[in-house]
Amino acid sequence: MTTNRPNVIEVRNLVKKFGDFIANDNLTFDVKQGEIFGFLGANGAGKTTAMKILCGLQAPTSGDIKVAGFDVYHQTNKIKQNIGYMSQRFSLYEDLTVKQNFQFYGGIYGLSGKQIKERTEYFLNKLELSHVANKILKEIPLGWKQKLAFSVAVLHHPKIVFLDEPTGGVDPITRRQFWEMIYEAANEGITVFVTTHYMDEAEYCERVCIMVDGRIEAMDTPSALKNKYEVTSMNEVFIRLARAQSTEQ
Amino acid sequence: MRTILYILQKEFRQIFREKAMLIIIFIIPMVQLTILSFTATFEIKNTNIAIIDHDHSHESRNLIRKFEGSSFFTMSAFYDSYEQGAEALKKGKVHQLLIIQPNFEKDLKRDGKAKVMVITDAINGSAAAIMSAYAHSILMDFNKQLLVEDFPQLNVNDPIQITVSNWYNPQLNYTTYMVPGILVLLVTIIGMFLSGMNVVKEKELGTIEQINVTPIKKYQFVIGKLLPFWIIAMFEFSFGLVLARFIFGVPMLGSIALQLGTVSVYLIVVLGFGLFVSTITDTMQQAMFISWFFMVIFILMSGLFTPVESMPDWAQTVNTLNPISYFIQINRMIMLKGSVFSDFAQQFYSLVIYAVLMLTLSVWRYRKVA
Amino acid sequence: MKGFIIKEFLHIFRDLRTMLILFGMPVAQVLLFGFAITNEINHANIAVLDQAKDEISIKITDKILSSGYFDLKAVLNSPDEIEAAFGRGEIKEVVVFEPYFAQKLEKEGRVNIQIITDASDPNTASLLFNYTSGIVRDYSREMMENKQPPLQISIESTMLYNPELKGVFMFVPGTITILLMLVSAMMTSISIAREKELGTMEVLLVSPLKPIQIIVGKVLPYILLSFINASVILILAFTVFGMPINGSLIFLLLESILFIVMALSMGIFISTVSKTQQQAMLLSMFVLMLPTILLSGFIFPIENMPMPLQILSNIMPSRWFIIIVKGIMIKGLGIAYVWKETLILVAMTVFFIGLSVKKFNIRLG
Repeated sequence: MTTNRPNVIEVRNLVKKFGDFIANDNLTFDVKQGEIFGFLGANGAGKTTAMKILCGLQAPTSGDIKVAGFDVYHQTNKIKQNIGYMSQRFSLYEDLTVKQNFQFYGGIYGLSGKQIKERTEYFLNKLELSHVANKILKEIPLGWKQKLAFSVAVLHHPKIVFLDEPTGGVDPITRRQFWEMIYEAANEGITVFVTTHYMDEAEYCERVCIMVDGRIEAMDTPSALKNKYEVTSMNEVFIRLARAQSTEQ
Repeated sequence: MRTILYILQKEFRQIFREKAMLIIIFIIPMVQLTILSFTATFEIKNTNIAIIDHDHSHESRNLIRKFEGSSFFTMSAFYDSYEQGAEALKKGKVHQLLIIQPNFEKDLKRDGKAKVMVITDAINGSAAAIMSAYAHSILMDFNKQLLVEDFPQLNVNDPIQITVSNWYNPQLNYTTYMVPGILVLLVTIIGMFLSGMNVVKEKELGTIEQINVTPIKKYQFVIGKLLPFWIIAMFEFSFGLVLARFIFGVPMLGSIALQLGTVSVYLIVVLGFGLFVSTITDTMQQAMFISWFFMVIFILMSGLFTPVESMPDWAQTVNTLNPISYFIQINRMIMLKGSVFSDFAQQFYSLVIYAVLMLTLSVWRYRKVA
Repeated sequence: MKGFIIKEFLHIFRDLRTMLILFGMPVAQVLLFGFAITNEINHANIAVLDQAKDEISIKITDKILSSGYFDLKAVLNSPDEIEAAFGRGEIKEVVVFEPYFAQKLEKEGRVNIQIITDASDPNTASLLFNYTSGIVRDYSREMMENKQPPLQISIESTMLYNPELKGVFMFVPGTITILLMLVSAMMTSISIAREKELGTMEVLLVSPLKPIQIIVGKVLPYILLSFINASVILILAFTVFGMPINGSLIFLLLESILFIVMALSMGIFISTVSKTQQQAMLLSMFVLMLPTILLSGFIFPIENMPMPLQILSNIMPSRWFIIIVKGIMIKGLGIAYVWKETLILVAMTVFFIGLSVKKFNIRLG
């Protein structure tokens, strides 16, 4: 069902080394438009590094990589125009109000004053957070802040949004709501590239890619992977793969 | 351009949100300008002198009266013995001792020769030289007076007379000299630290990552980061000028436009320097120490407190890298002497080169990576 | 508690740059200032406007220039050139000889030399005038030598403690003070403010450590660091600048520790009143740096200041420490002479620690 959609991310033989340490070992994958693509793996498996390369925050050591049709070596600014990003570490301004954060990032992405106002109202209404619009972020709970960070990342309606462990430290209900927001974004045609180490979240993805020690160990839809390893949950798929890895060593 | 405006808006919001910051940025420096400008004087007055008169004669009393009459000295004690005087010097109660030997008057009348001793606490060498010179000149005057009384026909005056005219500041008013310098200093501290801390703060708190994934251009970022502090510092400088004129009565002989023009370039140097430090460090603590280190060196060598000409040649060479020194010179020249552009063109161009260099370095060093 | 102190040490020592700044920079600064900061005159640029150009005016000019205090930067030909020369700032003084100088001196026995100074810098101006007129007066006296006056008071002048009038005697104690003050107070205030800003302070506060233990743990590494710094500076003062240590070295070190603890407690206090590192830093800079330079007697003698500022200078800890350092190093004094200053520092330390602990507890409660 996804085959007739165009690729928005194309990765061929991505390698990233830090000195002797190989963070990404020859990664090759494509992500299609409107897809929710999950990047799974334990801490230190190389997920964040790969994501930062795709966002133009780090240069790869080698490989052909295209994001939104642009090359990650020379066209990072063009890429940045077309993506949204939500960092693992909360990185909106804690000493500004919710509204001011929206205004700032909207302005940076070149939205008009009117657009900023409309989009801000739209998201605050949807998140039911209008009552904190003029509060500084320091004073509101983490779960709300994460939802706001996601809204900021899609404020300018990017082609792709990158979410780096967006639900870390968030309660189950908020996590649920968070995934609803992700689905909504995908319905609007935004491609969602999400890293996580919560295996239950992997079930929500259209396709997942499991990384172990910098390499891609498996990549398919969650149901296909479960069939292949003859288990009932993604958690078990992951444990199989990780165990296979450690016995090899 | 719009992007830059949005950054400006954000920076101002962050600065003005904190009341404490406002006080630190605007009020404390102005209070300091007002107070500290009065501290800086080498003019020596009220030197505490103690007298040990072993003679107790008519002439020795005359001599003491001569010292009492001078505004330079404050008679703080009369002692009977040298030991008491030495103790007072040790305790720092007095800075000078005048010892009149026994038979002072007798020797003077009989042999035409008598001796007094002057002992000066010389820890502050340059002050000691002046104190000792004053004591000498009073003694010489006293000597002359005796000569006139005893030998009225003698020409006691030096054949070569010296007159002095002190240009630009005939009253040798020290505050007018310090105000332009301290003003530069305060504006520099504010500028360098606000800009120096700013980018590294975003790094430390992680907010820079979110900026780095946006399509913002490097130059937009750098301008957006410099401009708010430039505006604040310009405002502060202008306000300082008003204080200088109306509280301290600094003459302001030169053109105000010229002054604002030069400070606007100087501030780019200072802010660029801070920004550069900010781009090469990871934590605010590091950034602060590096800025602090250069700041203390720049300030103490700037010629603000001690004249640059007094420094050894190598130090003067080091000082050619000191932007504060250039600008204090320029600022004083314009305000106190009414100098025109051609008078300080060389210093000004040095600042321009410095500014360009600093901006280039910070744009070059700022990487949009995480 | 032990683990906590080790963590603080690790924070400081892990980072090479910080280490370099903490140890290398004070040393660099002492060397720089010890040599460079002085208000003695040497090689000041002057100009001569000699309207006579006769034997005596040339002789006096030579005498002035050979003193080593002055460099002849320009020879002016008319009074109109003076203003431009001052305007460019290339000279600080002009010596003007009137026309027919020697002739007039011989005929009338009286002649005039005018000294014009650039008094926009009044300090230098008056020093230059004093130096120049001293040289001229000497010359004038030499000329009269054959006519020895029949009555003379001779002056025996002694420069106590610093016979060569070296500037370093004044500046080294000041530099030690300012460095200890800034390193200790700024470092602690920022390191505590940092934990507050990054939220790690909360973790410490919920731990079973008592507030006072947290403070001690934060401060201990800096006491050690500052103490090493103080020792290095003293060694430099002794070996490089030839400062004597006439008093007891141990006493001097003890007083230094007292001052360091005082500065640290000030740093703690600053950190309790500031919310962010930036605030702590700017506060330290303004509250500590300029007043330490200007109100402590480091460069400008306190007796010369207006009365209100003399009174204000009493609350500057550095003022008292400078008196102590000079007393011990140069005058060779013991506690009998500086007990008052020592007591003031102790009182200030207690005051700041008390205030900080109170603030700290309020925040907890």
